[in-house]
Amino acid sequence: MLQLFLIIPAITIILMMLMSKQQGVRLISAIGMGAQLILSLILVFNYISASKLNGFTSLMYETSYSWFPAFNINFHTGVDGISLAMILLTALISFTGVLASWNITEKPKEFFFNLILLSTGAFGFFISRDLFTMFFFLEIAIIPKFLLISIWGSGRNEYSANKLVLMLMGGSALILTSILGIYYSGIHSFDIAKIAAAGIPVSTQLVIFPIMFTGFGIFTAMFPFHTWVPDGHSSAPTAASMFLSGISMKMGGYGCLRVAVFLMPKATEQEGWFFLILAVIGVVYAAFTTLRQTDLKYINAYSSISHCSLVLIGILVMSNTSITGAVLQMFSHGLMTALFFAIIGMIYQRTHTRDISKMSGLLKTLPFLGTGFILAGLCSLGLPGLSGFVAEMTIFFGSYNASAFVNVIIILSVSSIVITAVYILRMTGQVMWGPIKQEEFNELHDGKWNEKLLITILCGVIILVGTMPFWLNGMIHNGIDPLVDAMKQALPAKLSQNLLIVH
Amino acid sequence: MNAAYIALIPALPLVGFIFIGLFGKYFPAKISGRLGTLFLAVSTCLAGWEAYQYFFVSGAVGGTYQTTYPIRFSWLEFSPKLIVEIGTIIDPISVMMLLVVTLISLMVHIYSAAYMRGEKRYSTYYAFLGLFTFSMLFLVLSINIIQLYMGWELVGVSSFLLIGFYYDKPSAVAAAKKAFIITRFADMFFLIGILIVSYIGKSLDIPTLISNLSHASSFTITSPLATGFMGFSLLSWGLLMIFIGGAGKSAMFPLHVWLPDAMEGPTPVSALIHAATMVVAGVYLVARFYPIYVFSAPDVLKIIAITGAFTAIFAAIIACVQYDIKRVLAYSTISQIGYMIFALGLAGWGVNKYGFTAAMFHLFTHAIFKALLFLSAGSVIHFIHSNDMRDMGSLRKKMPLTHIVFLIACLAISGIPPFAGFYSKEMILGVAYQTNKIIFIIGIITAGLTAFYMFRLYFSIFWRDKKVQIIRGNAHGSASMTIPLMLLAFGAIGAGFIPFQKLVTFNGQPIAMESNNIVTVLAIVIAVVSIFISAFIYLNDNTIPTKAVKRLGGVYRLIYSKFYIDEIYLFITKKIIFNLVARPVAWIDKYIVDSSINLIGAVTTEISISIKTLQSGRIQGYMSWFLGALLVLVLIFMMS
Repeated sequence: MLQLFLIIPAITIILMMLMSKQQGVRLISAIGMGAQLILSLILVFNYISASKLNGFTSLMYETSYSWFPAFNINFHTGVDGISLAMILLTALISFTGVLASWNITEKPKEFFFNLILLSTGAFGFFISRDLFTMFFFLEIAIIPKFLLISIWGSGRNEYSANKLVLMLMGGSALILTSILGIYYSGIHSFDIAKIAAAGIPVSTQLVIFPIMFTGFGIFTAMFPFHTWVPDGHSSAPTAASMFLSGISMKMGGYGCLRVAVFLMPKATEQEGWFFLILAVIGVVYAAFTTLRQTDLKYINAYSSISHCSLVLIGILVMSNTSITGAVLQMFSHGLMTALFFAIIGMIYQRTHTRDISKMSGLLKTLPFLGTGFILAGLCSLGLPGLSGFVAEMTIFFGSYNASAFVNVIIILSVSSIVITAVYILRMTGQVMWGPIKQEEFNELHDGKWNEKLLITILCGVIILVGTMPFWLNGMIHNGIDPLVDAMKQALPAKLSQNLLIVH
Repeated sequence: MNAAYIALIPALPLVGFIFIGLFGKYFPAKISGRLGTLFLAVSTCLAGWEAYQYFFVSGAVGGTYQTTYPIRFSWLEFSPKLIVEIGTIIDPISVMMLLVVTLISLMVHIYSAAYMRGEKRYSTYYAFLGLFTFSMLFLVLSINIIQLYMGWELVGVSSFLLIGFYYDKPSAVAAAKKAFIITRFADMFFLIGILIVSYIGKSLDIPTLISNLSHASSFTITSPLATGFMGFSLLSWGLLMIFIGGAGKSAMFPLHVWLPDAMEGPTPVSALIHAATMVVAGVYLVARFYPIYVFSAPDVLKIIAITGAFTAIFAAIIACVQYDIKRVLAYSTISQIGYMIFALGLAGWGVNKYGFTAAMFHLFTHAIFKALLFLSAGSVIHFIHSNDMRDMGSLRKKMPLTHIVFLIACLAISGIPPFAGFYSKEMILGVAYQTNKIIFIIGIITAGLTAFYMFRLYFSIFWRDKKVQIIRGNAHGSASMTIPLMLLAFGAIGAGFIPFQKLVTFNGQPIAMESNNIVTVLAIVIAVVSIFISAFIYLNDNTIPTKAVKRLGGVYRLIYSKFYIDEIYLFITKKIIFNLVARPVAWIDKYIVDSSINLIGAVTTEISISIKTLQSGRIQGYMSWFLGALLVLVLIFMMS
C-alpha cells in the first residue's frame, strides 16, 4: 500500500516526460498529485476506523524488504498517526503546489519533475521506519530545492539557493554522522523499532543527541541556524516556498521527534534544556524580527521560524499532550504557511512587488485572495475555529508544569501571541485595508479557478481542523501514546512529575 | 429545559454569518439584512423564553436557582483528565446575559437596517454582526475555560472586523488594530492565568474548577505552590492574570485606551460592542469565577475593586471635557463598567451578599440605557452628520422623539428615580458604604460627575441656542430607527423594577431587599445638584465654559488630553519596543547571526579552494567539507 507513494510519482514522471506541451505536463502532475492526495485520505480514513478496533497497535501497513544486507539496512516502511498526519499534509501541499504553479511557462517539464521529486522525498521520509532509508529520502528532497530556487527563483536566487543547500547539507551531515554513531554504538541496526528496543547506551546518547537534534533542527529553522529560511523563501518560486516551509521544515520536526527524542530520551532529559532555550529564543526573537520586515515573503519566513520553534518546544517537553501539540502545530503551520506563500505569489504576479509599503487596499480589488490572506493571518495569530489555535493551545497546556523551568519557557512563548498579532495586523492592515493608493491596483483581477481551488482547499482544511480537531488529535495520539509509553519506561522519574500524565 | 433550543440561541447567528457571508453577494443587500435580523429575532425569542422558563417556571428548585449543563461534549482531549468540552451552562448570570446580548443585538440589527442603508458592504456588515453575536453568546454559555477563551478571542476578532468596518478609512483601521492589540495583550495574561489556575485546580472544566478551588475541604495546594511570589500565592497570581484579561476587554485603566478610539466604527456597532456586550465580558469573567476569587484570593479582589473605582472616577473626569459625543459616551461606558468591577471587588473586604447582585443588576440596566444613548446619538449624528457637540444645539424641536428618549437615558444613567440606573447604582453604592468608605466616596463623586457630563451632553445637543447646519440623513425618522429607540426607552424606565435580588445572586438563593436611606438620599441629591450645575452652564450659550477652561489652565489640558495615556503608550510601543527591541533584533539577525553562518560557508569555500584538486564552486566545496567532517566524526565514534 505505502509503496504506492513511490510508484505513483514514478508513473507520473514517466507519463509527464511523454507529454510535449505545458498543458499536458501540468495536467499529468495535477492528476498524479491528486491521486496521492486521495491515497492519503484513504489511509487516514482506514487508520482512524482501524484504531477504534481492539488490539490496534498504532503501526499500520508495515512491510520490510532487505536493501543492503551487509549493513543490515532494510527498506522498512509503515505508518502511524504521526506519519499519517505528515503524509496528509504533504499530499495537500503537493497538490496545491501544482495548482500554484499552473502557469509556469519556463521549462515546465523540469519544474514539475523537481516538484514531484521533492514531494516523493517527503513521502518516502515519512513512511520510513529505518534510519538509513529516512536519510536517503531526506537527501532526495534537498537537490530539487536547489534547482527550483536557482533556475526558477527570483532576486538573489543563486546566493539563496547556495545558502539553503549548504545549510541543509550541513544538517544532513550531522544527521548522517549521528546515524552512523548509533549504528556503531553496538546496535548494528538502522531499524527504529530495534534501536528503541535495544536502547542506546546513555554515554553514547549524550554525545549523539545534540548532534542529531542540531541536524534536524537546521531543517526546522532552529535558532541560530534559521538564516536559510528567509533568504531561501524570498528567492524561491511560489510552489517551492510552499514546499520549503510547508513540508521541508516539518521533516526536521518529525526527525527531531521520531529519531532524536524518541531514541534518546535520557539525553533529551539531560540536555534538552539547552535546546529548549534555543527554541524559546527562536519563538520570541523571530517574532520581533518579523516586526521589522517589509517584504511579504520575509515576514512569513520569519513568522514560520517563530511558529516552528514552538514545535521544538512541544517535542522537547516530552509529554503526550505537548508532543501531540507539536505535531498538530506542524500540520497546522504547514497548511497556513503554504496558503500564505501561495497567496503572496498570486499577489506578486499581479502587483509585481512584495514590499508592503508599496501596497494598500488590495481587499477591494482582490476580495477572494484578500479573504484567504486574512484567514491565513488569523490562523497565524491563533484565532479559535482555525487550526493554529488548537495546535498552540495543545502545546501550551501540554507543556505547562513539566517543571518550573519549562513553565518559564512556556510563559515566555505565550508572549509571542501578542507580537504575532502585531505583525499580522501590521501586514494585513498595510496590504489589504486602507484606501488604494496606486492607480494601477484598481484594475487587478481576482483569483482564477486554480487559485480559487487552492485557497478553498487549504482554507477548508484549516477550518476543518480548527472546528473539529478531534479526529486529527485522536489519530496523532494513537501514534504518540506508544512512543511516550516507551519513553516513560526509560525515564520514570522525569515524566511522572508531569501533572498532565499523572492524571 | 430542552437542550436543542438552547443550542439554537448561539447557533442561529452563526448560521446567519455563514450564510450571509458566503452567499450574501448573490441576492440584494436588503435581503441579507432582513435574513440576519430574522435569525436573531428567533434567537432572541428563544432566549426570552429560556429566561422566562428559568427564572419563573423551572429554574429554581427549593428556592435555589440551579446550575445545569444541558449540552456538553468533548471537543479536544489534551489528556484523559484535561478535556476541552464545548457546552452550555445555564445559571442565573448566563441566562441574564443571553437575554441582554440577544436583545441589544436585535435592537442594533433593526436599527442598522436604516442607519446603514446604502452602504456598499451592507451584507458583510450583517454577516459580521452575526459573527459577533455568536461569539458573545458562545462566551457567555461557556462551560469550559478554553471554551471561554475561544469565545473571548472570537469576540476580539469580530469586534476588530466591526470597528474596522470602514476599512478604506485609515483612522478606522488604526482604531481596529489598536483595539485588537491591546485586548490581545491582555489576553496573553489571561492565557497565562488559565494555565496557572487550571494547573492548580486540576481541570479545565469551570464547575469542577470552582468546586476544587472554592471549598476548604477540597482545597489542596501543595506546599511549594502555596509559597508566593511578591506576597501573592501562585493561585492569586493566576487569578490576577485572569482579571487582567478581563480588564483588557472591559477597558479598565490602564488598558482602556482602545475603547474611545473604537468609536470609529459605525455607531450601531458602538451600541452593540461598547455598551452592552464585549465590554462587560470582563465583568462576566470575574462574576463567573466569583466563588474562587472570594474564597481563594480576597487580596486579588481588593486589587480588582481599586482598579474599578479608580477607572470609574478617572474616566468620568475625562468624559466631562470631551466634545465628540461618541467619545463622551465611550468614557461614560468605561466609568460605568468601573462601577460593576468594583462592586464585585468589594468582596475583598468581607463578603457582602449584595455585591454580586448589584454588579449584575448594573450590567443589565447599563446595557439598556447605554445602548439607548448610543443609538439616539447615532440618530443625531445621522441627522446633522457630525460627532462634535459644538456643531449641535437646539435640536429638541427638530428631533422630538430622539430628544425624549435621550432625556430618559440621561436620567437613567444619572441615577434619578424611578429610572433604571438609580436602582442598580444605589445598590452598588450601598454595598460600598458597608464595606469600604473610600470607594463609597469615589462612587458618590463619580455619580455626580456622571450626571454632570451626561446633562452637559444633553443640553448641548438639544437646548443650547445655535444655528445648526442640518444634512438630514436619508433614513431619518424611519420606523426601523425609531422602534428600537422606543423599546429601549421603555426598558430604561422599567428595568429598575426587576427584582434582581430575588433572581440573580451569588449562590442562587434570593436575598431580601434592603435599602440604606443615607445612601439613597445622598445619591439622589448629588445627581440633582450636578444636573442643576450642568443646566446652569450649558442650558444657554454663555461664557462660563471658556472661563472655567482658562481658570483651570494646565489641569484642563491634562484632562482634555486624557492624561496623556495614549502618548505614553505610543512612547512605549513605538520608541521602546519597536526601536529598542525589534530594530536591534532585526539588525543582529541580519549582521551577526546571518553573517556568522555565511562566514562558516565562506571559510569552508576558502578551505575547499585551497585544497581543491577537482572541485570548484560552492556546492562542491561544501561537499568536501561535508565528507571531511563526516570522516572525522565517524573516526571519533569508532574510537570512543
